[in-house]
Amino acid sequence: MRRRALAVLGFATGLAAGTTLYRRAVTRRRDRVDLYFADGSMVSLGDDSPAAERLLPIARRIVATARNGSS
Amino acid sequence: MDAAQALADLTEISSQIRAAVLYGDDGSVLGSTLPDDARAKQLVELSNDLLAAARDAAPGDAELVQVEAATEAGSVFVVGDEKRRIVATTDPEPTVGLVFYDLKSCLRGVDAEEEKPKRAPRRRKAVEGDDAA
Repeated sequence: MRRRALAVLGFATGLAAGTTLYRRAVTRRRDRVDLYFADGSMVSLGDDSPAAERLLPIARRIVATARNGSS
Repeated sequence: MDAAQALADLTEISSQIRAAVLYGDDGSVLGSTLPDDARAKQLVELSNDLLAAARDAAPGDAELVQVEAATEAGSVFVVGDEKRRIVATTDPEPTVGLVFYDLKSCLRGVDAEEEKPKRAPRRRKAVEGDDAA
């Protein structure tokens, strides 16, 4: 009886942990930069790309500056 | 409409936009939703830095027209031409197409104001009998 209760508890804990991890993975926002060109093309730079590593800190500063200064 | 009015309309229409600064090609601030000028100027400098870095990242000689940078704290939009640009920030995960549309409408509103021909003063029609009066 006790073993069964422990097994159910273990299963429930595992299920809860798995759900939490899955939700985090799914809802995790990926920082990125999208560049749009005159010919209608677009390039999306993920946060792991070297170009985005230069662009994203500037974008973060813009958001912070605007946030601190917005009325 | 002038820049201030265009920005006021923009923030009224688009609930997603938190802050916006309209600036000229020389970096001069034409209008801003921010309460102080120093921050507006800082935003313009950072926007130009972002555009410069974006042009460096652009493949070949493709002409960059607009940028969206999404971060966890919010998104940054820069759109415009050689004459004037607008930099705006939103909360995280905005409706990108809608924000670009609203920003371009704002720019068009300012452009239309500049291009509007000055109306010549109306001439008073000579009415018969005016001389007699």
